[in-house]
Order: sequence, then C-alpha cells, then structure tokens
Amino acid sequence: MRRKILDMTTLDENLLKKLDFYIESLEGDKKEHLIHVLHKAQGLFGYLPQNLQLYVARALDLSGARVNGVVTFYSFFNEKPVGKYTISVCMGTACFVKGADKVLNRVIEVTGANKNEMSEDGLFTIKDVRCIGACGLAPVMTINDKVYGKVKAKDVDDIIRHYRSRANES
Amino acid sequence: MWMISYVTIGVEPMKVKSVSDLNSWKSKCPKKKDYKINVLVCNGTSCMSSESEMIIKMLEKELHTHGLDIDIRIIKTGCFGFCGQGPIIKIEPDNTTYVQVKVEDIPEIVEEHLIKQTIVSRLIYQEPDQTDMVHDSSEMNFYAKQMRVALRNCGEIDPEDIEQYIVNDGYFALAKVLKEYTPEEVIALMKDSGLRGRGGGGFYTGLKWELTRKVKSDEKYIICNADEGDPGAFMDRSILEGDPHSILEAMMIAGYAIGANNGLVYIRAEYGVATNRLRKAIQDAKEAGLIGKNIFGTDFSFDIEIKLGAGAFVCGEETALIRSMEGFRGEPDKKPPFPSEQGFRDKPSSVNNVETFANIPAIILNGPEWFSKIGTKYSKGTKVFALAGQIRNNGLVEVPMGTTFREIIYDIGGGHPEGKAIKAIQIGGPSGGVITKEYFDTKIDYDSLLSMGAMMGSGGMIIMDEDDDMVQIAKFYLDFTQDESCGKCTPCRIGTKRMFEILERLVNLEGSPEDLEKLSVLGENIKNTSLCGLGQTAPNPVLSTMKYFREEYEAYAYRTKKTSYTIDPKKCVGCTKCARNCPVECIKGNVREVHYIDESKCIACGACYDACPVNAVIKP
Repeated sequence: MRRKILDMTTLDENLLKKLDFYIESLEGDKKEHLIHVLHKAQGLFGYLPQNLQLYVARALDLSGARVNGVVTFYSFFNEKPVGKYTISVCMGTACFVKGADKVLNRVIEVTGANKNEMSEDGLFTIKDVRCIGACGLAPVMTINDKVYGKVKAKDVDDIIRHYRSRANES
Repeated sequence: MWMISYVTIGVEPMKVKSVSDLNSWKSKCPKKKDYKINVLVCNGTSCMSSESEMIIKMLEKELHTHGLDIDIRIIKTGCFGFCGQGPIIKIEPDNTTYVQVKVEDIPEIVEEHLIKQTIVSRLIYQEPDQTDMVHDSSEMNFYAKQMRVALRNCGEIDPEDIEQYIVNDGYFALAKVLKEYTPEEVIALMKDSGLRGRGGGGFYTGLKWELTRKVKSDEKYIICNADEGDPGAFMDRSILEGDPHSILEAMMIAGYAIGANNGLVYIRAEYGVATNRLRKAIQDAKEAGLIGKNIFGTDFSFDIEIKLGAGAFVCGEETALIRSMEGFRGEPDKKPPFPSEQGFRDKPSSVNNVETFANIPAIILNGPEWFSKIGTKYSKGTKVFALAGQIRNNGLVEVPMGTTFREIIYDIGGGHPEGKAIKAIQIGGPSGGVITKEYFDTKIDYDSLLSMGAMMGSGGMIIMDEDDDMVQIAKFYLDFTQDESCGKCTPCRIGTKRMFEILERLVNLEGSPEDLEKLSVLGENIKNTSLCGLGQTAPNPVLSTMKYFREEYEAYAYRTKKTSYTIDPKKCVGCTKCARNCPVECIKGNVREVHYIDESKCIACGACYDACPVNAVIKP
C-alpha cells in the first residue's frame, strides 16, 4: 500500500519535464531553491501529492522527510487536491472586525465544503487566509485571482451561483 | 508592449556608465510638465480589485477617440493611500481627485474635466461635517497633515517605468554615495540621521550596518525583509507596488556601506503584484547598468535576487527568514550569533525592512540633518500607518513621528464612519497591544508605545468602536499566533495554545475568575522564556486588553456577560425584518408592534442586527 502512494510513475510526464527543465535552470546550490521548486511544482500540478514531493526530493538530492517537512510547514503548499476555484476568505483583523467570520460560514454552507477542503463537485476549495492587505475593502474574499471587497454574508449565494453556472457552461 | 521605451543611443538601450550618463538620461526622460495634463490612476492591489485596470483601458480609448492622447498622459501609479475610496483618479496639474470612480464615469470625466475643464463634482470626495467640496487633494484633510518620505513616489509615478523614477532623482542617491562617500561615511551619515528599523523592533539602522561591516568575511549579504505578515498592515506591499526602484537603490547603498555585493528580497508569495513589479524593476535596472558590474564606472558591483516565502508568519523574524531563504522550515535560531555575524549561508548579513529602505535615498539626497529634524528626540523621521477597522478613511498614511493618535484617527482618518465612539486602537498587530482613549493625545514614537504596553510593530492600526468585544479581539490574535507558532520552543508552542484554550473557555462562559490570574501568569512566562520575537510578544494583545478592559474579561469570568441580542422598544417600528431574518425564529412580535427576542434561544448570530433599518437591535 505504501509503495502505491509513492509510485512516481503515475505523475504526468509532460509536467515533470517542465519541472525538470526549471530545476535544470537554477543556479548555485539547488537544495537552497527547494521552496521555489515546490512553488513551481504546485503551479504545474495544482497540489503536492506525496509522490511528487518524493520526486522533488530525488531531483534535489534531499530526503523525502526533509521535503515533506517543508511542505507541511508552509501554509501556501497543499497536499490535497484543490477545486477549480479557490475561495479565500480573509481573516485579517480588519476583515474580522467587519464580519469575515459570517462570510466564511456562509461560504461553507453554500458550497458544502469545509475549511481547507474541496467541495464534492470538485469546484470549490475553501480557505481562511491571513491578511491579504486589502483592508480598505474589508471584509474581503478572493476567488482565484478575483477580489471581492465589502462582501456581506448575503452576497455569497449570488457569487457562488455565478461560478457554478460558469462551470456548467464550459 | 510591456517593454519600456528607453532613450536609445543607436539601437542599444541606455547603459549608464557614469553619473553624467544618468544626468543626460534624466534630461531626456519625458516629464510631467511635458504634458498639458497628467491623469494618474491608482493601480495598487486594492484599487485593481475594484477594476482600475478597466478604467485605464476605458481612459485610453476615450482619449484616443477625442484625439487627446498626445497632450494628455495616463500614469498607472502605485497606491495613493486613500484605499477606502478607491478606485481613485488624480488629475494634474490642478490635483483634482476623483473617488470611487466607475468605468462608466470615464466618458464624463474626459468630456467635462479634460475637454471643458469643469470639475465633475459628484465624484469629488465629500469631507464629513463640511459643505464645501475640496477637489484639490493637497487640501483634503486626509492628505493635509501627512508628510510623505517613504511614500514620496507612491501615487506619483508609474512604478513599472524606470524613467519616471529617474526623473524624480532616482538612482542619484546611489551615485552620490558611490562617488562622494567612503562606506564608513555612509554609516556615519545613517547614524547621524537617527533612522530606526521600521519593521518592528526599532533598532538603529546605522548601528546595524556598522556591526555587519566590522565582521571580516569574503561574502556578505543585504536582505530586504518584505515578509509583511501582520494582519492589517500593508505599507510594505504598497511601497513595493508603488516605488520598487527606491528599494533596489537603497539595498545597493546598504551593500556599499557594509561591503556586500549581493542582495536578496524575501517577499510573501501572496504579494503577486508586488513581486512582478519588483522583478520588472530589477530587470530594467540591470539592462540600464544600474544593477550589475562596476556601477557608475566604480569598482562596486551588486546583484539582487528575489526569494519567495510560502505563507509562514514566523518568517518575518530575521533568523527564521534566513532559514527559509536557505530552503528549510522557517524556524528561528537563538541569538547570538546575530545575522550581522552569521546570517544567510552563515555569512554576515544585514536584514532591513522595506519601509526602512524606502527612507534611505531621501536621507542621502537631503542630508541627515534634514531627516533628524523630523520627529521626536529618539524617533526620527516619519512612520507609515495602515488605518483599518471602524474608521471613515481606510488607507495608508505617513506622518512625522510624534503625531498624536487623535490627529491620525480624527483629523486624517475622519473618525468613525457612523459617528460612534472609538474605544481603542490596536497597534502592532499580533505583537502589539491596545491604546485606549485616555491615551489618544500621546505623541507616537517607539518609546511611548512601549511604555504603554504596545509596540510600533510594522504600523498596522485597527480602530475599534464601542461594539467591539476586546476579549474576542484578543482571542482572535491568539488564535493567529498559536496557529503560526513554528513549534520549535515549548513556551510558544504549548503556552500560546493553553492561553487560547483559557480564552475559549471564558468566551463560552465556562471559565472562572481564577482563569484571569492564570492568563496573566502564563502570558508573562511566555514573554520571558520564548526563543524569538513571535513568542516574546504573542501574549501582548491579551495582557494589554486585560490591563485596560478588565471589566470585559470579568464579565466572562463571572459569567455575567450577556450573550443574546435585545431590541430597544423605543426604537423598534415593528417592520418584522428582524424576525424574518432570524435563523432560529426566536424573535416574536406583530406587524407595527414592538418585537422581542427570546434570549434563551438567541444564538447571537447578528442577523437581526444587520437587518434592522432603524438600529433598534442592541448587541450583547
């Protein structure tokens, strides 16, 4: 069973080629660039499954444990697959005092996905994130790169509906 | 189209090999006065999210249709600071500022203002308590009391155009330093200016450079700390987005002073726009020969690269930041040895914050005496604060040290948006504390804040009103720090978790008066025994709110805290909106009669409070 999880042959070869090319292009001590390599890998694959982490470890001549230690330390890296749309609700102080928790709760209710999890339809991943620095627009929610400012809990239904219908069209 | 247009000699881009090259480039760069009108559009993260990019496209189209694109120039600037009113357009030379501009307003602005020269008064910011419209931004209350040093170019120039930076004397401070001063003189000059680190601790910058210079080594590093993690702080992001070249220039000045030839910027992965602008700035400066080998024909060479963070608050601590740059978990190390002795790759390194760097070119060009005249006895210069929370003018403000809280929140910030009483200011984020209204007339500097149990931190100010629950706020911060604790040392890893559990118990009305004693003892122990700044300051939000708002804690501890909403029978008009919005159906009452909340069933969700049109619902 353990062998199966870390089977690197299931990884997309074309994406791995791109990752290899990136690692090849790095200058100096490649181990030092581990975090940049993980950013690149997550950009290509969407998340960092354990077999991909092992692949990165082998490529940089590091132990798998060392790579997994870094992946789990930083909140930016995902070990689980993410939905088509990542909904990030800002939980910074400014947003919090303006009711971001209510927005987050509504997002969870409407999508049916829990915090840091993907919804069953594979469309949404919900995250509560640290201050994104758009405090003037508090409370703030982002869906992929689109920023929604001054969001009220009751606006959430319409916004999610918009993304659901957009996903159905494509 | 993304390539900037260099003043070209033949077909090669301008290569600056001497100071006179820079002078002649500057004289050839297009300047604001070369255009009849300059239209400045804010392109910071905040305004971009409210579609400032669409506004720029529309402006370009409109100017083109009217054949105005030769006389009128559009400048995509960084943050104006007036974020709560974004997107913002400023028209120079008359400084007319339009707020909350929408794409569909553009044709009107073009036709009325740019062609007929009449002001579109409906888009002018209306000052509270004033009937006159102030269209000139320099006369607006928000800007009048500000003094912009670190933000001098933010909202003035296009951050992606190196020529606009050069027109504003960009890279001349570096030229002056390399040509006229020895490294020791640069350090002496920084010490004379009295500049202190703007990232939190307030260590003297000149002294830090001197310590790093003194250590003998074949390799040294200048590190720019752009891991701005405090919730509610966005000054560093705005500077990087609005004036990236000033950071690069200052890093090179610092490099010359300490004897380093390499600089690294450690930036949060969440700051996409800032990272891209910084990348472009580095590339442009390299192509112009301003970063690279033998800068200005001297034997000083410097290279700058970017290191991305990956979402860990503790990496704002310098030793953790260095570990993260080396590709490890961002766990702090004990000090000494300080980074000035053993930093990045075990070589001497000087870690300085973005805002600190932004001050440096201005200090070099204007002289240390100019800088040390601004501010208080031990805190020189200005400080950028991010105003957020219950305040009318959200945004970024820069004021001389020694300005009072009252001036910032009432004169510049415009007070509470609905005129409610402001109860406290949280300053310094998860490391800081609260300032209560009795202290609003205190002059702000590093030392006055410390004496009040708060700290400068990076300068985030969250304004809280009478409805905000200080225990909940403290719990919020502790939830943040216990989650962000890296886990290396026990007091921080376990202590903050236990403090959070005690707060949760209190808030759920399951606590006891002894819990208050436990909180303060535990808090003091964590402060005294933690390894790094995160743990040493983590209890501050709790300890400081306990000191100033003890009665709020006691209400929870003695379980006398009201947890349900109530309706003011004098204000209720019986519209039934609250009852229809209540998710647990605990509000009863007939149409046009006073409604009542069944307090035993109320879950304090606040739906009725939000729904009430006459503010009759009272928060617990």
